[in-house]
Amino acid sequence: MFETALSWNDLAFLAQGAAMTLAVTAVSVAAGTVLGILFGVLRFQLGPYWAAPLTFVLDIFRSVPLLIQLVLGNALQSIMRLGWGPFTTSCVVLSLYTAAYCTEIVRGGIGAVPPTTRRAARSLGLTWFQDMRYIVFPLATRVSLPAWIGLTLGVMKDSALVLWLGLIELLRASQILVTRLQEPLFILIICGAIYFIISFPVARFGGYLEKRWSPND
Amino acid sequence: MFNYTFHWNQALRALPQMLDGALVTLQIALLSMAIGLACAIALTLFRLSGNRILGGFATAWVEIARNTPALFQIYMAHFGLGNFGIHLSPYTALLVGIAFNNAGYLAENFRGALKAIPDTQTRAARSLGMTSLQAFRYIVLPQMLRIAFLPATNQMVWAILMTSLGVTVGMNTDLAGVTQELNARSFRTFEFFALAAVIYYVIAKAVTLAARLFAARMFRY
Repeated sequence: MFETALSWNDLAFLAQGAAMTLAVTAVSVAAGTVLGILFGVLRFQLGPYWAAPLTFVLDIFRSVPLLIQLVLGNALQSIMRLGWGPFTTSCVVLSLYTAAYCTEIVRGGIGAVPPTTRRAARSLGLTWFQDMRYIVFPLATRVSLPAWIGLTLGVMKDSALVLWLGLIELLRASQILVTRLQEPLFILIICGAIYFIISFPVARFGGYLEKRWSPND
Repeated sequence: MFNYTFHWNQALRALPQMLDGALVTLQIALLSMAIGLACAIALTLFRLSGNRILGGFATAWVEIARNTPALFQIYMAHFGLGNFGIHLSPYTALLVGIAFNNAGYLAENFRGALKAIPDTQTRAARSLGMTSLQAFRYIVLPQMLRIAFLPATNQMVWAILMTSLGVTVGMNTDLAGVTQELNARSFRTFEFFALAAVIYYVIAKAVTLAARLFAARMFRY
C-alpha cells in the first residue's frame, strides 16, 4: 500500500509548480495592493456618488467567478492582439481581482480612523498628504492588515484557477503527475499539504495580529 | 482597435440554454449551502462539546477547508476519493467539494458569532433546567444564526461563484459548463463568456438583495 512510483524528480516538478503559484500570487498581490490603495483612497475622497462608476466596476470583479474573468481576460487579450502569454494574462486578471477586494479593505481602514483625529491633524497645520501619511496610514494599517493578509491567502488559493489558461502551477503540476502515475489520492494529498503549509502559518499570524491589534482591548 | 467582429447574436441565441445552466448553478449553490450549514452547525457543536476527538475532527475540517483552494477540494472529491472505490459524478463531486468548503467557512463564522453571545446566557438557561442541548437550540443558536447571517450571505455568493469550478472536472450542465460547451462548438469565447459573466453578476446581485430583504423581515427586533 505504501509503495509509490513518485520520484524525487516528480517532487521537484511539484516544487516548481508551487514556485509558479507563489510567483503569480506575489505579482498579483503587489500590483493589486497598489491599485487597491489608489482606488480605496479615491473612493473615500470622492464620496459615494462620484465614486459610483468605480464602485460598480470593482463590484463586477467581485460578483463574477474568477474562472470566467480569466477566460474573458484571455479572450480579450487575443482579440486586442496584445500577444500576452498565460503568465501575464493571469497576473493582470488576478491583480484587478485583488484590487477590487483590496479597495474595500483600504476604504474600511480609512473609514475606521476617527474624523476628529484627522481634523485635529489638519488644524495643527498638516497638509492633506501629511495627514494621510502620518495619521491615517498608521491607524488604518492596524485595522486593515489582518484583512489584507486574509486577502493575500485568498488570492494564493484562487491562483489555482490559472491552470485553466495552461499555466503549470501547483495544482496543475499535481494533476499532470496524477495522469502519469495514476495515484490520485497520494499526489493530491501532497499537493494539499503544500498549500496548507504555505497558508496555515500565515493565517495563524493574521489571526494573532487581529487579536493583538483589535481596538478597545 | 479591434480587428475582430463580435457575433453577439450567436451568444444571445444560446441564452435559453445558458439560463437552464444558471438554474443548475443556483440549485448546486443552494444545496451546497444547506448541506454546509448543517455540517457547520454540527462542527460548532463538536467544538463546543469539549470532546477532544470530536473537537479535533472539527478543527481539522475547518483548517483544511480554509487553507486549501476550493478547486483542490473539488479535485479531491472527484479524483481523490476514487482510491477508496468511490467514484463521484462531476455533479456530486462539485456539490461535495463546495459543501465541504462552505461548512469550514461557516463554522468559523459561527465561532466568531458565538463569542459575541455572553456565556452567562447559557448558564442562565442551564440553571433554569434546560439541558445543554436545549440551551444551545433555544438560546444560543437563534442569536448565532442572526449574527452570522451577513457573513453567511457572503458565503452564499461565494458558493455561486465556486460552482463555476465544476467545469474543470467535466461538469457540463451548470452555467460555466454550458458556456464552455457552446464555446467549444463555435469558438466565440468572448461573446459566450461575457454573457455568462452578466448572468453570474445578476444571480449574485439577486441573491444579495433577497438576503437583505429576508434579513429585514426576519430580524426586525
